[in-house]
Amino acid sequence: MNDGEKLSDRAPAIRIENLGKSFGDFQVLRNVNLTVCQGEKIVVCGPSGSGKSTLIRSINRLEQHQSGRIVVEGTELTNDLKGIEKIRSEVGMVFQHFNLFPHLTILENCTLAPIWVRKLPREEAEEIAMHFLRKVRIPEQADKYPGQLSGGQQQRVAIARALCMKPRIMLFDEPTSALDPEMIKEVLDTMIELANEGMTMVCVTHEMGFAQAVADRVVFMDGGQIIEENEPVAFFSSPRSERTKLFLSQILGH
Amino acid sequence: MADTASNTIARAAAPDARSLLRRLAPFFGTPLNAALTLILLWLMVRLGSLLVDWAILNAALFPAEPETCAAATGACWSFVIAKSGQILFGIYPPAERWRAGLVCILIIITLVASARPSAWRPGLAAIWVGMMAIVLWLMGGGFGLVSVPTSSWGGLPVTLILTVFAIGLGFPAAILLALGRRSSLPVVRTLSVLFIETIRGLPLLSLLFVASILLPLFLPESLLPDKFVRALLALTIFAAAYLAEVLRGGLQAIPGGQSEAAEALGLNYWSTQRLIILPQAIRIVIPALTNTIIVMIKNTSLVLVVGLFDLISSGKAALSDPAWPAPSTETFLFIGLIYFALAFSFARFADFLERSGAEKRG
Repeated sequence: MNDGEKLSDRAPAIRIENLGKSFGDFQVLRNVNLTVCQGEKIVVCGPSGSGKSTLIRSINRLEQHQSGRIVVEGTELTNDLKGIEKIRSEVGMVFQHFNLFPHLTILENCTLAPIWVRKLPREEAEEIAMHFLRKVRIPEQADKYPGQLSGGQQQRVAIARALCMKPRIMLFDEPTSALDPEMIKEVLDTMIELANEGMTMVCVTHEMGFAQAVADRVVFMDGGQIIEENEPVAFFSSPRSERTKLFLSQILGH
Repeated sequence: MADTASNTIARAAAPDARSLLRRLAPFFGTPLNAALTLILLWLMVRLGSLLVDWAILNAALFPAEPETCAAATGACWSFVIAKSGQILFGIYPPAERWRAGLVCILIIITLVASARPSAWRPGLAAIWVGMMAIVLWLMGGGFGLVSVPTSSWGGLPVTLILTVFAIGLGFPAAILLALGRRSSLPVVRTLSVLFIETIRGLPLLSLLFVASILLPLFLPESLLPDKFVRALLALTIFAAAYLAEVLRGGLQAIPGGQSEAAEALGLNYWSTQRLIILPQAIRIVIPALTNTIIVMIKNTSLVLVVGLFDLISSGKAALSDPAWPAPSTETFLFIGLIYFALAFSFARFADFLERSGAEKRG
């Protein structure tokens, strides 16, 4: 971040306006407004069923919204398939359950999309893949299959796989929730490193230490709505709403 | 020196004797077991010696003439030897049989060459299309070869062509049907379900009858495909419907996160299916696919009811020669052996595929 420039002065990377979505009678998202600036790091938290996963999955249209608008890097998400594929190739996503492709090696997992979506030659794709595998500190596993790696290693591969597309935005959907405690740190360290390099990040997580360390803003959701958003220091020290206080006392209380 | 050597042998022999006893225990452990073992041994020896007498010791071989068989009390292999050309190639013109033989060799070589996973490149599909074209040219003639109408095709090449074409064309169709059945587009889904359920609900025999007898009633002569092509079409759609359901089982077993991850990387629907979903789904259903394909190999023999000469009908035609004593057991043993070789080698191949995949992924 440049000191002279405020985040809000930059062009927004993601603009979400009056977003609404329901599964049948159940309203998952109502009237959600959120703008993410270039280079900004947002942590989204909230109790389960609060709609935070649906929100982040709407950003690359793994979920379709029913009302409102989402504009990502200047392109609005509509039913136009070409637009969706373009946005998906600019937006990397990391899932709770890694979702690596078990029939491909680690290297092949990383080169697949650059070769088939970006149409890069294999050698160039492999060079990029090895660069990012070194970055997440597992280049020596390149020829193994996902099933031979630990959960933490698999999640780091998933991060490298997303980075190989050179995305402008990274979405993390509870990236450490399925990990054994001793593996959480290695994944968080990778994410912090990424944040420090200026990547635009939206991260659904309950890792409040991570939020305090890297987030520019923390967004608290409940019942499909954004209840409160603030800078991390203020968010944790003086939450405004009762629901936020209750949530924070529950997850920080032990 | 000699002493230590014999000691070593004695020490080595003692555990051997013990382990031999241990192995024999289940067979002779109790008086009942011992009695059963002896009775079964006696039966095996009796039946085995009868079989050896019939198939080898008393069998007629050379010269491959009817008189050789008349003089022998055992199997009449002379007939199979003398008639092998007719059994293998049916009513295909004898002077052109080399072409039919070449077709069989060509198909088998292509099958074996495509067996290794390392051979599975985009070029392989082109090789198969080329092979199929050459096969049709060799069998049918034209372009310098004497023309042979499909009504004169027969025997092993017919069985191989029907099998390879029905599965080769049915498998891609099955993939589309299986994907169609899971499509989010209502029209595509309904059509796929309708097709699969209709074809699965009909016996193959009735499909073959429709193709060979009913179709000519509806279609004008000029639009009517050849009878061989019609039978092949019936076999193909039958294979497609069954293979589609097998594949669907595999598709359902792939977690939704796989296509989400692929789509999140920007892959479109077809790339996602081709690169991520199908390779995993097909691997899961290898045992069921093997089963369906082996059934399809043997189903091709049903074309005899619509007047095509596959291996079995060629065998039956050969048996009708009045100069010979019509040794049907020997003939059908010979044909059975060919079917067994086809089905068994395919089953071994599928087994190899399954194991090679399992080892890699630990």
